[in-house]
Amino acid sequence: MANSSPRLDVKKTYKLFIGGAFPRSESGRTYEVKNSEGLFIANPSLASRKDLRDSVVAARAAQDGWGSATAFNRGQILYRIAEMMEGRTSQFVDEIVALEGVTQTAAKKQVEDAVDLWVWYSGWCDKIGAIYGSTNAVSGSFYNFTIPESLGVVATFAPTKPSLLGLVQAIAPVLAGGNTLIAIASEKYPLPAITLSEVIGTSDVPRGVVNILTGSSAELAPWVGSHMDIDGVDASGLTASQEKNLRVAGADNLKRIFRFKESQSPARVLAFMENKTVWHPIGV
Amino acid sequence: MTFEYSSAPESKAIVKINSLYKLYIGGKFIAPKSGKSFITINPATEEVLAKVAYAEKSDVDRAVKAAQAGLKIWSKMAPAERGKYLYRIARIMQERAREFAVLETLDNGKPIRETRDVDIPLAAAHFFYHAGWADKLEHAGVGTNPKPYGVVGQIIPWNFPLLMLAWKIAPALATGNTVVLKPAETTPLTAMLFAEVCEQAELPAGVVNIVTGDGATGAAIVNHPDISKIAFTGSTDVGKLIARSVAGTGKGLTLELGGKGANIVFEDAPVDETVEGIVSGIFFNQGHVCCAGSRLLVQENIQEELLEKLKRRMALIRLGDPLDKNTDIGAINSREQLTKITELANSGDEEGALRFSTDCVIPSKGFWFAPTIFTGVTQAHRIATEEIFGPVLSVISFRTPQEAIEKANNTPYGLSAGIWTDKGSRILWTAKHLRAGVIWANTFNKFDPASPFGGYKESGWGREGGRHGLSAYLKGAK
Repeated sequence: MANSSPRLDVKKTYKLFIGGAFPRSESGRTYEVKNSEGLFIANPSLASRKDLRDSVVAARAAQDGWGSATAFNRGQILYRIAEMMEGRTSQFVDEIVALEGVTQTAAKKQVEDAVDLWVWYSGWCDKIGAIYGSTNAVSGSFYNFTIPESLGVVATFAPTKPSLLGLVQAIAPVLAGGNTLIAIASEKYPLPAITLSEVIGTSDVPRGVVNILTGSSAELAPWVGSHMDIDGVDASGLTASQEKNLRVAGADNLKRIFRFKESQSPARVLAFMENKTVWHPIGV
Repeated sequence: MTFEYSSAPESKAIVKINSLYKLYIGGKFIAPKSGKSFITINPATEEVLAKVAYAEKSDVDRAVKAAQAGLKIWSKMAPAERGKYLYRIARIMQERAREFAVLETLDNGKPIRETRDVDIPLAAAHFFYHAGWADKLEHAGVGTNPKPYGVVGQIIPWNFPLLMLAWKIAPALATGNTVVLKPAETTPLTAMLFAEVCEQAELPAGVVNIVTGDGATGAAIVNHPDISKIAFTGSTDVGKLIARSVAGTGKGLTLELGGKGANIVFEDAPVDETVEGIVSGIFFNQGHVCCAGSRLLVQENIQEELLEKLKRRMALIRLGDPLDKNTDIGAINSREQLTKITELANSGDEEGALRFSTDCVIPSKGFWFAPTIFTGVTQAHRIATEEIFGPVLSVISFRTPQEAIEKANNTPYGLSAGIWTDKGSRILWTAKHLRAGVIWANTFNKFDPASPFGGYKESGWGREGGRHGLSAYLKGAK
């Protein structure tokens, strides 16, 4: 061990998160991400249409299991994500500072808010039905109730920034409602999303429930819009014209498409739930 | 010795049909600018009932302006007073129920038994139910300060003309919106009678505006820049067209579209009740029901027995004069719809399914289709996948509950489904796995203003009825 060279960092290869695995884009494409000072940091994958389609297959396969898991179980898993994130705080802070060019304090606040948001949505899993379901007093000898259920497979476009908090506010409510998802990360600041996928990969989230793609929102949005096995889209991170085109294409299978202003609201959970009403006669 | 029914027609004398119906805009009946009109006929006799004004874009403009003016009064009115107008409307509809029932039967072709016992009472009940919401909106689950959209454009179908009007207008008004409504081209008359009810209730001018016309009239509503929300009930194809039209405009949109409901019968189902449920599921309202149980999924080991009883029951269905109080199946609403049903049923023959129709006497005039079931239907057949919107049932068998779910969900639609079994846990398991918005267990085709109605997947967006339906008329609401 006579060698006295300074130690070289082992850098991470930033990859996609599909079906519980961390593949590179099947297209072989990457794009360069620079820090706030314009210096190179990483070459994350530039996800392709095929990567999106693979993600939808993984999300669809996982949906029945996740959607019919008990709400208590889902709540525990979302809480587990918060636990795992907390332990990685410094890594998230470093990435946010490097990319967004914000202060340490601001970055730390963003991470803490993101962790707390997981905790908040975790608690909704087993309450949303009690608050927003109903028993309906119909005029006849019937028992009649309405319950919110998961919509299915949802795609989310996170805003450019805050890169981590924006992603969490998109995906946490979708998961709380029992949906599986494909998250398209902040195009400009994708690294916290990839680190979040590593957190999710170790938080007992069944594989395929969360899939995270990095790349171009503009490139992926039309394919999301026209994909017939995507049921809903959070378009908050898209431009108005991208959203309009998505809505036109999404009409082919009547996708539920929303753009949200509030980050912390049960409306974000309910947007991706369907209400089912069940009737049964009462008699002896 | 055979017993015959004597004819028992409801009298037409109770209703006075005008020779020409004008547009109802700003509290007045006014002629369209173009002076154009179209006719509406009685589909049971093909006799012309009346001429009806044809609204073009400029007339829709006038209606929207009137609705904007109405909004100034309506949205500022004390909510309790708004509610009292709706109570008034409900009461007047009840008072004039028979008149509405006869007129609906004449214009639509559906049996008087259904208009009298279902359509009209439910329509009045919708107003009564929503009246009570008007001053309780802060309890509707959409925050403490819910706001109306403003002017709402509403387009309704011909299968339940007055009832669909009530589903649309009652929640819109209760939440403080004003409306421009277009009834279906073939069934405008009860909407125009409803306009008279608005007059009798002294509803402020412009709160309800009714424009009659066709698809072009509807498009003028959908594309009108001063309309803040569209509510549409009709076909999935048109629903998608509307969704594309409003994309990027920021307009609210709710859609109640087509269906291909699975009525699932398990081996332990009470057979006689199930047969009644199947009949009501597909032959109620001539099968012109978006939530009809048009696919019968029956467990293989009881198929033979069930179908035998079903056929015996079908032979007792009485098709004929819709005004006769003993009639079960009335006229198909239009020649166009009859052509569509006939074409789809023929495709069943061509694709190898086996047709059974009752040999009832088909009247010489009007549009009719005998109650029909197809057996030997595969999931690929058009009659198993496409919405027929007529009295045609496709029978498909299954062996296991899992297979039933798979087949039931094998459709882009997701409006309704039925479950017939004696076992409670199986009902709940099946209901949980069905991707449909309304599930009837050991019953079918039940509707109530308090019960949210609407579809999963390509059957629509949003709900109508109950708190969930109400919230669709409140801005920012979810």
